[in-house]
Amino acid sequence: MAESVAAKGLTVVEGVTCPFCGVTCDDLEVHVVDGKIKEVKNACVLGKDTFLHHLEGWATPRIRGKPATVDECIDAAAEILAKAKYPLIYGLDSTELNAQRKAIELADLIGANIDHTSSVCHAPSLQAVQTVGISSCTVGEVKNRADLIIFWGCNPAEAHPRHPSRYSVTAKGLFTPKGKKDRMVINVDVRPTPTTRMADAFIQIKPNSDYEVFSALRAMLKGHELDQAEVGGVAIDEWKTLLDKMKSSKFGILYWGMGLTMSRGKYLNIVALLTLTQELNRFTKFLAAPMRGHGNVVGMAQVLTWQTGYPFAVNMSRGYPRFNPGEYSVADLLAHGEVDAALIIAGDAIGNFPAKMAEHLMSIPMIAVDPKESETTKVATVVIPTAQAGIAAGGMAYRMDHIPLVMKKVVDSPYPSDHEVLERIFAKVSAMKNGGNGAPASAGRVRG
Amino acid sequence: MGRSLKIVGGEVYDPANGINGAVKEICIEDGKIVDSCKSPAEVIDATNLVVMPGGVDIHTHIGSSAVNAARGFRPEDHRHAVFAKKPGIRSGVGFTVPSTFATGYLYTKMGYTTVMEAANAPIGVRHTHEELLDIPIVDKGLYILMGNNEFILKYLKAGEMEKVKRYVAWLLRSLKGYGIKLVNPGGVEQWKYGKDVEGLDDKVYYFDVTPRQILKALSWVNESLGLPHSIHLHANRLGIPNNYLTTLETMQTLEGSRLHMAHLQFHSYGGENWGGFCSKAPEVAEYINAHPHVTTDIGQVVFGDATTVTADGPWQYRLYKLSKNKWYNADIEVETGCGIVPYTYREKSYVNAIQWAIGLELFLLIRDPWRVFLSTDHPNGGPFIFYPWIIKLLMDKEFRAEMMKRVHKRVLSDTSLPNLDREYTLSEIAIITRAGPARALGLKHKGHLGVGADADITIYPKDSDREQMFEHPAYVLKDGEIVLREGEIVDSRLGKTLFVVPPDVGEMDPEFKAEFENFYTIEYENFPIDIQDIPNREAIPAGATR
Repeated sequence: MAESVAAKGLTVVEGVTCPFCGVTCDDLEVHVVDGKIKEVKNACVLGKDTFLHHLEGWATPRIRGKPATVDECIDAAAEILAKAKYPLIYGLDSTELNAQRKAIELADLIGANIDHTSSVCHAPSLQAVQTVGISSCTVGEVKNRADLIIFWGCNPAEAHPRHPSRYSVTAKGLFTPKGKKDRMVINVDVRPTPTTRMADAFIQIKPNSDYEVFSALRAMLKGHELDQAEVGGVAIDEWKTLLDKMKSSKFGILYWGMGLTMSRGKYLNIVALLTLTQELNRFTKFLAAPMRGHGNVVGMAQVLTWQTGYPFAVNMSRGYPRFNPGEYSVADLLAHGEVDAALIIAGDAIGNFPAKMAEHLMSIPMIAVDPKESETTKVATVVIPTAQAGIAAGGMAYRMDHIPLVMKKVVDSPYPSDHEVLERIFAKVSAMKNGGNGAPASAGRVRG
Repeated sequence: MGRSLKIVGGEVYDPANGINGAVKEICIEDGKIVDSCKSPAEVIDATNLVVMPGGVDIHTHIGSSAVNAARGFRPEDHRHAVFAKKPGIRSGVGFTVPSTFATGYLYTKMGYTTVMEAANAPIGVRHTHEELLDIPIVDKGLYILMGNNEFILKYLKAGEMEKVKRYVAWLLRSLKGYGIKLVNPGGVEQWKYGKDVEGLDDKVYYFDVTPRQILKALSWVNESLGLPHSIHLHANRLGIPNNYLTTLETMQTLEGSRLHMAHLQFHSYGGENWGGFCSKAPEVAEYINAHPHVTTDIGQVVFGDATTVTADGPWQYRLYKLSKNKWYNADIEVETGCGIVPYTYREKSYVNAIQWAIGLELFLLIRDPWRVFLSTDHPNGGPFIFYPWIIKLLMDKEFRAEMMKRVHKRVLSDTSLPNLDREYTLSEIAIITRAGPARALGLKHKGHLGVGADADITIYPKDSDREQMFEHPAYVLKDGEIVLREGEIVDSRLGKTLFVVPPDVGEMDPEFKAEFENFYTIEYENFPIDIQDIPNREAIPAGATR
């Protein structure tokens, strides 16, 4: 850990990994004076905010709205989970690997459903990859080689502010020494966004027409002549030009976001996109990658996959992992009113869910484990504050392109880390289950 | 720790110490094999049972960013096998790409106690270490991919061999890896342009170095650092008809130096094209028989579903086009790449049947069992859970003959397999699954039952159906503790991560930090792995006598 102690109790911590978005910058310089963060260098506005406001809006430990000690809250949480018949564990994007591991272990113990924010974000992308695969790369390949970058249905200027300068648009790499001058940037979206300003060309597409457009591009790539004059509200000739640019690039990459995952067609939009980019490899080096985002969401998908085989929407209620988006995904579990208790960790469920889901969540015993007050903590049965991962607690996190990095602890917190809280809840639930009525349920060996 | 145990009355197969079935007592204390126990010892009655060292898998893909991408991308495969939780046992899934806990239990259930994760991009080694921590019981190590590393290519281009050596030492030291892995050297860098290499003297774009130069340089570095294992090579032209010529040329290039040829079956093909696809196993085996510098693991094909996972990006692109299956590709900055394609080996497919025969031909034609090791290149040739089936094929020529009748008939007419009568003995099986891999890896405490060895021991029933025998150990011990008894895992403690400590050959130059940050997209200081992140570990110093 690179640290230097200067005068007046100032500590400068270098090489700090930002926990906020999927760009996962690891070059932040954090200045700490008397245990408080005073300055952050190299961060974008989102990262700066995260660090500079780390002392604001802290959650307080409470049970049913009344102040309690962290120990009492952990006891109450364990009781709720040990009694639950069909619990949900959710959130887990804004925390680190060991906390995520413990949450999965807890799900295994109590036969819970475990899901995380991918489910309401890039799950369609994950499903598309499961369907056709993907031709992709890490961001350094883009920095070093890409001469064509397409941002389709995503807005990095606002959601991933340093992506363009660190990895894509202006980044200077081995074969792109002139940065932006060595590249062409194209933006495709349903309306202009701040990202449009950094593009050399903008194509405005009709909402919900991406699947048709990708299909048309695929057809043209295979040499078919199309009868239509336009697709997605854009003239065929304009699509032909785009296709030519893609074919004649040396190394092209298409980045996509919620514009495709959350519009009509959902995962099928991405299946079409991914197939197109795979097929472009007959002509040139062409890749695609999702703009993954919130915090360490990729990390949760990684560890859930290696421990259970599946990247999201996992159910453990039969004693082994099962995967079924639409049945075990958080939106469906809550919309169908199926779960009878919930543990929400490091993620604001209520603040992000549709009303019907939020209603059900508020009608069942709900535990919120979070460093900050949120819509979720306001209505939770039990609130357990924790040290914020990446700031007051260290651990491993993943970048949007699946590269692992380490988050540092730069300040102390009076509260335990997410990992510690989950460990303690786990220990209590385990004791309750073992000391309870008979041996824990053992489903035996099952072969499908 | 400190438990004392005696295994009494078993028929011991410890070929490294010349013991081939003698009834012998094995004494264990403090996790090691000892001459005699100082404290009162629990006794395991192994009468009528076979005692071997725990299995050592020299080449498997069980935990890495690439393997995890394969897992995530194959939910349909996981439905074939599910493993329910039990007290002390975590749940899991998976047939060709099992989840991590299941992987550790499944290997243990076969009596394997050490496994080597064969392909890891440097920037993803941190991920590998974490995944390995979630694979219970077995000891493990990882090889680091270097054959397409742009720093190495850069230094080679400038003729700076000492820099290559310092860089390799720095990689091993920073990342806590076990050895040097090469996959399609030069070819994976070419894949970043959508191309491959066709011969050992093709020049890689921009860096202008050839596969031959990469091979020789890394071989020299490996030996000059005194690493316990030789370079571990997935040769150029994997999977392609007539690649046996490249295989022979590759081995000839490194004549006189130790070399481990990975999954040799995939590199022993003849024929001008797919129509003319044929076996060149006899030619390849003949070379190996005549040249003691080469060890190999076979990469035996098992009929049924597989998942091909490899750093050989261009080959996987070809397989995607051939098979029309889904295709995952990830090019990794500066270092390498990975390609994943699900694949099914069919008995009635001419090519698949010949591939299956080639693996067996190689096993049966290579005479020295100390230089040929059992693998399926899991999960590329098939899942590791089928090792017992392969053992039966090697030990039982009638079983082999029955199998030959089931597969495509050209195996009978077009390969030498029908004429190969050899049956592996139990001692030879102990060599190809334990003693040989441990020796090739330079793991002095594994693969044998002499005093000082780690007490990793498997006790098998004597069953003339060798598949049943090797599928159902009676006991497995790990570090002197019983971890499996009567088919059930009774102790799921974490094993050790093994890594080498290279000798001190000097630091990287001062300009390296800036170069690193120019090429990569992470901070130089964030690259090395903190040893504290590997709680259970064993350092193997390089340069130690073998």
